Amino acid sequence: MRKFKSINKFTRTGIISYLLVILGFAIIFPLQQLGLINHSLSGQLVPICTYIVMALSLNLTVGFLGELSLGHAGFVSVGAFSGVIAAAGLQDKIAFEPLRLLIAVIIGGICAGIVGLIIGVPVLRLRGDYLAIVTLAFGEIIKNIINCLYVGVDKSGLHISMNDVKSLGMENGKIILNGPQGAVGIDQISSFTAGVILILFALFIILNLVNSKSGRAVMAIRDNRIAAESVGINISKYKLIAFITSSVLAGMAGVVYAMNYSTIVAKKFDFNTSILILVFVVLGGMGNIVGTIIATVVLYMLPELLREFSDFRMLIYAVILIVVMLLTNNEKVKLILSNTTGKLLSKSGKIIKWKGSADNG
Amino acid sequence: MTFLSNLINGISLGSVYAIIALGYTMVYGIAKMLNFAHGDVIMVGAYASYCTMIYLGWHPLLSILFSIVVCTLLGVIIEAFAYKPLRRAGSLAVLITAIGVSYLLQNVALLIWGSTPKVFTSVVNFEPLSFFGGKLTITAESIVTVLACIVIMICLTLFTQKTKIGKAMRAVSEDKDAAELMGINVNTTISITFAVGSALAAVAGVLLCSSYPTLVPTTGSMPGIKAFTAAVFGGIGSIPGAMLGGILLGIIEIFSKSYISTSLSDAIVFAVLILVLLIKPTGILGKKITEKV
Repeated sequence: MRKFKSINKFTRTGIISYLLVILGFAIIFPLQQLGLINHSLSGQLVPICTYIVMALSLNLTVGFLGELSLGHAGFVSVGAFSGVIAAAGLQDKIAFEPLRLLIAVIIGGICAGIVGLIIGVPVLRLRGDYLAIVTLAFGEIIKNIINCLYVGVDKSGLHISMNDVKSLGMENGKIILNGPQGAVGIDQISSFTAGVILILFALFIILNLVNSKSGRAVMAIRDNRIAAESVGINISKYKLIAFITSSVLAGMAGVVYAMNYSTIVAKKFDFNTSILILVFVVLGGMGNIVGTIIATVVLYMLPELLREFSDFRMLIYAVILIVVMLLTNNEKVKLILSNTTGKLLSKSGKIIKWKGSADNG
Repeated sequence: MTFLSNLINGISLGSVYAIIALGYTMVYGIAKMLNFAHGDVIMVGAYASYCTMIYLGWHPLLSILFSIVVCTLLGVIIEAFAYKPLRRAGSLAVLITAIGVSYLLQNVALLIWGSTPKVFTSVVNFEPLSFFGGKLTITAESIVTVLACIVIMICLTLFTQKTKIGKAMRAVSEDKDAAELMGINVNTTISITFAVGSALAAVAGVLLCSSYPTLVPTTGSMPGIKAFTAAVFGGIGSIPGAMLGGILLGIIEIFSKSYISTSLSDAIVFAVLILVLLIKPTGILGKKITEKV
């Protein structure tokens, strides 16, 4: 145990989060295969995995870079729809499903990354609430554009139009994206295993980034922008690195999420979804990777567990959200918590200061 | 002629945005927080007015007064229970709490009134005005909305410039600690700001639903977001800025709806906002804040 404590903090977080995910998979996967998990829960597995990745990637922007983004669902949306289009386009060419999913995920990630670059370059110059409102606006713009997009595929390749299905000009083609009705007839090739692999991949990328020279630069910018700039850190470059990594991962999560359903509409990835992901991050603790994973699982399951209260469940969810925020920011509660954690840890000879989940915003 | 009628519709819609944006901008200016629940206060205001008019048969003016009272109380209660304990917390904690309050209001409304849309009866019952032999008609709702907006703007300017409470508000928004040292009760001032903002939200709710009569528990959220962008557009914290931003946003929205594309109009509105912020990062009338190192 003492040996475990002596490992540096980042490696420890890494080990804990990898173990958490692998353990979760090792328990749930056999149960699922044996059919011991009820239908509604087993339908939630892929969404939970993808929401974890979305929350982890948003944590990179909000927790490590310290910039509030209210349009994260926009990147998820770009990834989801480009991935769906790619998978549909490759359906005849690649028969092996996992490979097709992999290529779709990569394409989705690249597309989301490109959008992240286009948005990031001008926007990251803005600060604080202005950055938040611009990301919000971008999320809405992406939703609106995808809502008007028609894409179909036939022998001669992809057809894209902004008007209607007829203007695609296809012969015997298949419609992939049908404007406001969203993507239709998606080949459901994503699985729980794919979701878990994606989480591990996201953890690998984020942990390595955070624990690298670039990651330390990113956190230096968060803690004090002016001081960071004065020691020669290129602010725009590192901000952009974090922002694009975050959008690529979000896009990948979007692909796995979309491929779990037969149809998906652009409205699914609206402002409320962005907020939902942000809530996962803030309650899990900004900059806290293990916390984000746990918060996402608990908060995603919460409305499901409250299902017996049917009409009241979103109400209870809202109340829990408010109460948790009030409690974690209450001085007295903080004091009690720091005392108890302090006592627990002092037995092992080490006292660390307890930090509220959201007090460093 | 379509141009003129579009312009009038735009100004009318923009006036509603402006009234909502005033609430956002005042709260932001003083409490430095984004009150995401503001849009839902609008919805509550509209429902309050709807219920008293339909079920109790009250006169429209009386129902507006009732809805103003309801929203003012609601605003003060929300502030006291949800935001006051977080005065010293980080801005993100307050933001998430505001989102929680917004969900709460929407879901309470859903439980009380259900998800079936209610058809709001207009509070204005004049005939539409007709010009140029019927080529140009202006609805009575548009006229009342624009007039209400102008009156509110004048009253609010006088209130913040001339009255003692208004001066206290400006002082608090300038420097909270210094204001406290000068004997201003910061907490009361913030409560009053919430009360004024919420009262404006009630007016905005009634006017919005008079022009666009479908009333559902999520009615307030989209106009809320747009009004918020309008506040940022004009320079958040500035009252004339909120007014200008709101009206410009309304005009842009109506024009892009009728000349470019109905389904892309929201995208265009937000794209214009982004362009403005990139050129002038503090909004049209926003003050430039120099940073001390």
